[in-house]
Amino acid sequence: MNVLVYLVPMALGLGLTGLAAFLWSLRSGQYEDLEGAALRILQDDDLPEGKPKDDASAG
Amino acid sequence: MIANRQVDYSHFTRRAADGAATMDVVVDGIHCGGCIGRIERSLKDIEGLTEARLNFSNRRLTLTWNDPNFDPGDAIRILERMGYNANPFRLASNEESEIAQSKFLMRCLAVSGFAAMNIMLLSVSVWSGNVTDITPETRDLFHWLSAAIALPAAAYAGQPFFRSAWNALKARHTNMDVPISIGILLALGLSLFETIHSAEHAYFDSAIMLIFFLLCGRVLDQMMRRRTRAVAGNLAALKSDTAFRLMDNGELAQVPAAALRVGDRILVRAGERIAADGVVVSGHAHLDESLITGETRPDKVREGRQVYAGSINLDGALTVRVTAAGENTFLDDIDRLLDKAVVARSRYVKLSDRIASYYAPVVHAMAALTFIGWMLAGQSTHVAIVTAITVLIITCPCALALAIPAVQVVAASALFRAGVFLSAGDAIERLAEADVAVFDKTGTLTLPEPHVINAADIDAGVLALAGQIALSSRHPLASAIARQQPGAQPLDGVTEEYGRGVRVLVEGIEARLGSPSFCAVDVPADLLSRHLGASLICFRHGEREAVFIIHQALRPDAVETVRELKQLGIDVRILSGDRTEAVEPIAKSLGVTNWRAGLTPADKVALVEEWKRDGRKVLMVGDGLNDAPSLAAASVSISPITAADLSQAQADAVFLGKSLTPVLSTVQAARRARSIMRQNLWLAIVYNAIAIPIAIAGLVTPLIAAVAMSGSSILVTVNALRARLPRKSGFDKDSEIALPVTPAVRPT
Repeated sequence: MNVLVYLVPMALGLGLTGLAAFLWSLRSGQYEDLEGAALRILQDDDLPEGKPKDDASAG
Repeated sequence: MIANRQVDYSHFTRRAADGAATMDVVVDGIHCGGCIGRIERSLKDIEGLTEARLNFSNRRLTLTWNDPNFDPGDAIRILERMGYNANPFRLASNEESEIAQSKFLMRCLAVSGFAAMNIMLLSVSVWSGNVTDITPETRDLFHWLSAAIALPAAAYAGQPFFRSAWNALKARHTNMDVPISIGILLALGLSLFETIHSAEHAYFDSAIMLIFFLLCGRVLDQMMRRRTRAVAGNLAALKSDTAFRLMDNGELAQVPAAALRVGDRILVRAGERIAADGVVVSGHAHLDESLITGETRPDKVREGRQVYAGSINLDGALTVRVTAAGENTFLDDIDRLLDKAVVARSRYVKLSDRIASYYAPVVHAMAALTFIGWMLAGQSTHVAIVTAITVLIITCPCALALAIPAVQVVAASALFRAGVFLSAGDAIERLAEADVAVFDKTGTLTLPEPHVINAADIDAGVLALAGQIALSSRHPLASAIARQQPGAQPLDGVTEEYGRGVRVLVEGIEARLGSPSFCAVDVPADLLSRHLGASLICFRHGEREAVFIIHQALRPDAVETVRELKQLGIDVRILSGDRTEAVEPIAKSLGVTNWRAGLTPADKVALVEEWKRDGRKVLMVGDGLNDAPSLAAASVSISPITAADLSQAQADAVFLGKSLTPVLSTVQAARRARSIMRQNLWLAIVYNAIAIPIAIAGLVTPLIAAVAMSGSSILVTVNALRARLPRKSGFDKDSEIALPVTPAVRPT
């Protein structure tokens, strides 16, 4: 049963990490705009302007 | 000239400590994700603006800037040029507290979820160890670890229930949270006692899981309410008026109506809506006060007369000294009537609280009997107490507490998608009970704007020309003619004679649109008697002449809605502040026999109260300021979105769109939801009927408690999902399109 000495703290530590991560995300407003976040990922405003990526022309 | 003047936005601006200013803007017209990029990119290059970030979920754009010379009007003008309707917005205090509350609930949910998972990990080990070879020392260690997690977690995450129960007890009544809190506290206390005495069973997992399940229900309920609040806030911002304030130096400044202060002088021109209550200082005009009194006939006002926000100035120009502004804008006697009516409403006891008042005494008596029974049977005090407490743990009304809110959340979100916003969850219960529906006439049964009813009889060329001329007039009746010709171009050189009409040269001949005398048109004598309550606008262009009959048109599906309401067994009545001549034809065409006209707000309240005393459950549907007290006095109330702000605030539900069908659909959805609530209550009762004998017999182990409690909670929640509207719903497709500022409707 010595294995419990590190297994139980490990399980609790993992759970606490998850809890802390959730509370942090809540505090920093990650849940304020769930629909917007889903759509923003589709924007390619990180590409350089004037050079639209066109996969169709390759084939 | 006036239109170019700068608008003062300081009322909407918030300043942070570091000097940065922020302002929220509600943006209407966002349909897809592409708009996020378009809007943010187009605002990026404005000088002085540091950040523009759009929240797609609630359609609000936050502008941040450091430059004191930056004018947020620039950003709004850019948005308007792109085709979006943008209005500055300030978070209402009730929405702010709603947001804080929902964040707190989320934190509670996270803490209880973390604790429930970790305690379950330990509990499952104990349960499987109990039937194999766990040593008592290991079991004690696991119980102590569970206690170390459960006690602080319950102290934090249980706060919503403990507070609500404490408040109920302080007010000397009981609600569902009282037995919940007692159950949680006893389960924790017993488990701690058993752990100290190295016993085999501890119920930490049950207590924490209970909190977790109940919090799930509360969070969903809160999210629904927050979404409704956000839409209400957006609609208010889009509806908000601006006013022209006369500065001390005689200049005019355009300010948002919300920024007006008592004592300000405002100029109200023909065709404009008065933005605040006040007294006329100079000028005279006819006012359309139908939103306030329900009376459709214009009223003449001059110096010294009190005028109310929401009235429309039909002609002339008025200077008004503001006597009440912002949220205080309403009549004193309406205010007084409201206070009384709201007290009457609060006497309604929610179904869940009614059940709680029976449930708690029964369950607690049963636990007491269990204790006495086991003592008489010769068991030790310890065994008797433990058995009695397990009865309380297993009957802790988890399923019962979820049975009703879960249905409310599902039904309310279904109605939300269909364009009906509920302001209170228990409104569903009251809607389902209604057996009398009382309608106001002006703006409720009829459309808020007047319509030309004889357009088909008028020559198309005349109609087209009249529509073009009408575009240049601010008169509300002229706009009814202009609406007949969508896409018409205004003519140049139109002059308006206040109170008479407009004239313009067309092909060298003067064309006139206005009163019969102004256009020299002879109106057939019997025309007005055939169209009671109608207004006439005449047109002359050389030899061509026409008479437009303009009338408050019934909502397109009013007849059908009234008929179907009657089929549901609901008695339909009309209470109007308008004249008998105007109400009678409407009542006749709807087939309503029980109608009253010429009522004051107090009369309406008195009648509603009288019917309520007769044991009827009154559903009031109204929009005007004069309806606000009766909306509050009725058992339950619904308003169209065009209603006066005050009336909307009193209504339990607000619907969008031109049609009246949402009233019918809401009642149907509420009745359906109520029958599912009843089923859920029966499920919860059956669960208790099975679980209580097992608990009294002393056979409940922590494993049985955990399975039974989560099983029954999941069962009622799944059943609640059936409260979604059936596929073939009676809602008008218009209302979905008309959703201006609500979250996107998923493509089907």
